[in-house]
Amino acid sequence: MISWSVPRSLLLAGALIAAFTFDAAAQQPASPPAAAAPALPPGSPLIGRPNSEAAAKLAPVAGPPIATAADKLPTAKLKLPPGFNIEVYAAGMANARSLAQGDKGTVFVGSRLVDKVYAIVNKDGQRSVKVLASGLYRPNGVAFHDGTLYIAELSKISKIDKVEDLIDNPPKPTVIYDNLPKDEAHGWKFIAIGPDNKLYVPVGQPGNNVLHDDAHGQIRRMNLDGSGVEVVAYGVRNSVGFDWNPETKQLYFTDNGRDWMSEDVPQDELNRVTKVGEDFGAPYCYQGNISDPEFGWGHSCADYTPPVGLMGPHTASLGMRFYTGSMFPKSYKNAIIVARHGSWNRSNKAGGDVVVVKLNKDGTVKSVEPFITGFLENNNYLGRPVDVMQLKDGSLLLSDDWNGAVYRITYGKPKLASQ
Amino acid sequence: MRYMPLLLAAVVVASPLAAETIAQRAVACFACHGEHGQSETENTPSLGAQQAPYVLIQLFMFRERLRVFEPMNEMAKAFTDDDLHAFSDFIAQLPKPVPPADAGEEARLQRAEALVQQNHCNSCHNPDFSGRDNVPRLAGQREDYLARTMREYKDNSRHGYDGTMAEVLQPVTAEQIADLAYFLARLR
Repeated sequence: MISWSVPRSLLLAGALIAAFTFDAAAQQPASPPAAAAPALPPGSPLIGRPNSEAAAKLAPVAGPPIATAADKLPTAKLKLPPGFNIEVYAAGMANARSLAQGDKGTVFVGSRLVDKVYAIVNKDGQRSVKVLASGLYRPNGVAFHDGTLYIAELSKISKIDKVEDLIDNPPKPTVIYDNLPKDEAHGWKFIAIGPDNKLYVPVGQPGNNVLHDDAHGQIRRMNLDGSGVEVVAYGVRNSVGFDWNPETKQLYFTDNGRDWMSEDVPQDELNRVTKVGEDFGAPYCYQGNISDPEFGWGHSCADYTPPVGLMGPHTASLGMRFYTGSMFPKSYKNAIIVARHGSWNRSNKAGGDVVVVKLNKDGTVKSVEPFITGFLENNNYLGRPVDVMQLKDGSLLLSDDWNGAVYRITYGKPKLASQ
Repeated sequence: MRYMPLLLAAVVVASPLAAETIAQRAVACFACHGEHGQSETENTPSLGAQQAPYVLIQLFMFRERLRVFEPMNEMAKAFTDDDLHAFSDFIAQLPKPVPPADAGEEARLQRAEALVQQNHCNSCHNPDFSGRDNVPRLAGQREDYLARTMREYKDNSRHGYDGTMAEVLQPVTAEQIADLAYFLARLR
């Protein structure tokens, strides 16, 4: 960090510049004193925090607002299995989050802390980044289907038809669905379109550990015009990634476990929906076998669908996709690649990497193995993975919201990146 | 020497932007935010010893109009990313703001301290309210600005970078906000 010294005379010169003055905000009338101290609000990330010094050091940290320059990205520090390569695909997209791919090769990138959806345009061998839409509120989710881009903001879903023909002069997105809660906590959304041609929209619990109402803690699906809404999964705490098994067409989703129970449990879940309306346990049961110390009384974990895989404590398992390409070795075929954003509610950070989940024939989890590591250095983040997406050539894209970048992972002899 | 400031101001205006030091450019900030960043302007925050990552986020939000306050949006409009970093680092080096001379009314301070414990404000903002990283210093900040900011977060008229403050302020009443601001402004 650079430090600066200030000449005193220059500080004085500031007094010559006209001062802006502003009216004081109207004082609100004093409300009667509260009889009892209210509990922490439902959305507070501090619900359940024990009063210890170590716990007091932990708090969620949002990433920097400015994207890292392409030549400063940490690709040289990242480690992959032998034969795999990683390169910068596109940089300069502050807070790059969820990924979607258009038919004509455009890659769409959502964001959470800024107001933008980006388009990475590949045209005539040239790649460039454009701002497709701005002025949006926490537009984390993007999905593409039949020429149309769907965008999920905090409390509404909108679309841009024929988006790839309109990249240079895109219209404002048209709202298709806004019957959604407005909570900030777990309000940002991942979206995707299933093999049933329906749009899947999660609505997380509005806080760390709360009894939610009927409008929260679930994954919904709907027709592409926002009609025919139906709840597919209940007991979902905060899912920020899902995909469908290419063989069974079953929906798999990641779900983030609660905070402040302990350093090491519960683990994040990898879940599988085998029938519409299954309940995955939040807030009564976590990771299939831990009854919540506060809400679990009177409930049994046996009443809820257990996860097919455990993804580590507080690791923030977010974006996940089945790998169906042929570029990677055979053992990756139909495996799930999961981006783990990394923990905040843990003294020694966990996650902050990409793992590959290999499945048994029956769709249960065989193994969870490291795929990309090196984003975590001396308990600090050099980058934070958010979403993964397979390109048509079988290579894989990975977004990093800490650096505002998208990387491309290939297998085999490294090719020179196109200029 | 009494004409010296005028001459300096003329130099500042005449010199090309690139040739100015960050300290010279920051002179414009002090017009409202006060000498050394100790604000004497109603509802305008003191800047001194503010956390650099927090300042960076605020300047970025002003530039992108994610936080709307016209004079600041105007100021930040043409800032490059490097400008945002330079101003943030500069502001973090200014001396911390000096709280009002009066010690404060004991009953109000006690009420506020109970609220701090109950709402865990001191978790992210640190026990001494010096802040950390993205989380701002509150100690010694102007009372009117603190109260106004908490009210704006609560009714979501000021969007936070993330949604944390909007959520945590939901159960805090207007009267409690006033007590918290009173207490924080007097922290030494």
